[in-house]
Amino acid sequence: MMVSMRTLHQYWLQFRSDRRLAWLAYLALAVLLTALPFLTGDALGRGWVRILDFALLYIMLALGLNIVVGYAGLLDLGYIAFYAVGAYLYALLASPHFDLHLPFWALLPLGAGLAGIFGILLGAPTLRLRGDYLAIVTLGFGEIIRIFLTNLNAPINITNGPQGVNLIDPVAFGEFSFNQTHTFFGVTFPGIYTYYYLFLVLALLMIFISLRLQNSRIGRAWVAIREDEVAAEAMGINTRNIKLLAFAMGASFAGISGGLFAGFQGFISPESFNLFESIIVLCMIVLGGMGNIAGVILGAVLLTVFPEALRYIGDLQNYLFGRIFVDAADLRMLIFGLALILIMIFRPAGLLPSVRRRREFGDDASMLAQEQASLYDIKR
Amino acid sequence: MDIFTQQLINGLVLGSIYALVALGYTMVYGILELINFAHGEVTMFGAMICLAVIGALAGSGMGLDGSIIVLLGLLAAIAVCMSLGFTIERVAYRPLRRSPRLAALITAIGMSILLQNLAMLIWGKRYIAFPPILPTVRYEIGGAVITNLQIFIMMLSCLLMIGLLLLIKKTRLGRAMRATAQAQDIAGLMGINVNTIISITFIIGAALAAVAGVMVSAYYGLAHYYMGFLLGLKAFTAAVLGGIGNIAGAMLGGLLLGVIESLGAGYIGALTGGFLGSHYQDVFAFFVLILVLVIRPSGLLGERVVERA
Repeated sequence: MMVSMRTLHQYWLQFRSDRRLAWLAYLALAVLLTALPFLTGDALGRGWVRILDFALLYIMLALGLNIVVGYAGLLDLGYIAFYAVGAYLYALLASPHFDLHLPFWALLPLGAGLAGIFGILLGAPTLRLRGDYLAIVTLGFGEIIRIFLTNLNAPINITNGPQGVNLIDPVAFGEFSFNQTHTFFGVTFPGIYTYYYLFLVLALLMIFISLRLQNSRIGRAWVAIREDEVAAEAMGINTRNIKLLAFAMGASFAGISGGLFAGFQGFISPESFNLFESIIVLCMIVLGGMGNIAGVILGAVLLTVFPEALRYIGDLQNYLFGRIFVDAADLRMLIFGLALILIMIFRPAGLLPSVRRRREFGDDASMLAQEQASLYDIKR
Repeated sequence: MDIFTQQLINGLVLGSIYALVALGYTMVYGILELINFAHGEVTMFGAMICLAVIGALAGSGMGLDGSIIVLLGLLAAIAVCMSLGFTIERVAYRPLRRSPRLAALITAIGMSILLQNLAMLIWGKRYIAFPPILPTVRYEIGGAVITNLQIFIMMLSCLLMIGLLLLIKKTRLGRAMRATAQAQDIAGLMGINVNTIISITFIIGAALAAVAGVMVSAYYGLAHYYMGFLLGLKAFTAAVLGGIGNIAGAMLGGLLLGVIESLGAGYIGALTGGFLGSHYQDVFAFFVLILVLVIRPSGLLGERVVERA
């Protein structure tokens, strides 16, 4: 596995150095991504296009968390709270609940902004904390947000409590609503297909932003803080502002995804934003390869698609043994947990580690020990 | 005043359970610097095993006394959880001891999901009731009520904690554990079998978790495959509150968290003029935690950590 991945990578480098080939590959990728909902819809059914939409949402979420955890090295276990903020902002301002129907192009920036402010609210008091202490505080923050969302239906009904908000307006540009079926040039696009293209465009935008950030002054400052905060400060980096910026940027990504989620789903409740969701998003980036955008995307797609694919276990049992021994839905999470353990045991740096981490994970054991000591502060 | 006493008693009982679970987190963290996410699930397994044994014995018509049945259930739970703790460390954590910590964290999360769903497959999704085989006696102290079960829970956890402290401070094994926590490599050079010590740490933690699990299910009269999650979360919070890695800190943190929670739940309505009700209990716990960590990032009894580059 290791060897094949490495040779694959070499091919990739060779391939990338040839510009014409690279353009060709990008073109092929673009065609594939455009055709993907139709291919999936025809081969596997409409349900899978919906899963594709969710995969794109999770890519956006994971890219945001990657900024906080992957770039800046701030372990955040309450990340889903920002997703919730974005989703609830959208839901409350575009649903019959308050009888407000603001347009989506106004709500998304608002959601990003509000989530960013929440990010700073979380970041400011926790600047001195590191590693696991930061993790547990962010976890507490996430839970606090969720509990408030659950209980703020009395005495004034703000969030509608555990029932959640219903009948949320779909994402729409003027008359063009994304959840209706449209026909262009004789091709019919059902709602989930148009959503796919919207999410794809936004996900690409976020990938672009992440890539540009990675190679910017700010991105290098984040990496410096991750590797050694004291040294970074000595180099003249304003660690306070840069850390707050990481929290705010990551949170605003989540705020946008949250708004999209609310509009796409049409219904949200506090249960969608529990700790488990935060953990799943964290698993996506660790599994895929922290700090590496391709890895993060791979992780997000895998962890969205894999649990869904496990629904076929029932059919598999039927096929193999002629009857269903264990309900597929019950077995799904069990296998999911097992897969997490196995992947981490065999590829602890993730499936596609970033260049920096791959170097750190070189064959030399001492490099490994060094990495262990420097990653997230750790050795006391 | 009687509400205060009552909530204080409830808080202390809850807190002593939290403390027992928190010890498992803190001991493992002290040695491996790993958040053992699966620890809450070990607690849940303790409760489930105990209930299964109680169900089998009470239904068998052997005419055993209620307290003996519960005791047998407790022993079975401890035995199963000890082997579970040992297996978890051996299978999931040991191969990852030299890899980055986030990888180990994800493994721990995976283990937690795995155990939870395993329990769901074995015992189903329904709540399991603790059969009323123990006689309940109520005592009145200063206007508050305390049951024999509550007294028993507090006394047993006190005994266990004292025992653990003695074990760690006074015995050869305890000294080896402390040495391993301080510097694994050096401890190995001094002739300590580090692997064995780590295994023993997991086993002791799991045994305490089993006792706590049985206590929780007896106290609330219920057990559920999902119960380990929030319990583990609170216990870990307690461990951090006291200063993670610190044994006495976990005990203090557990008790404090229990008391804060029940006092908070009891008074939050009056304090906010009825705006916030007792269902904000969990918010209260987390809020205090954040406050403590912001003011004193190393926890109440944790040593101030000098940052090393």
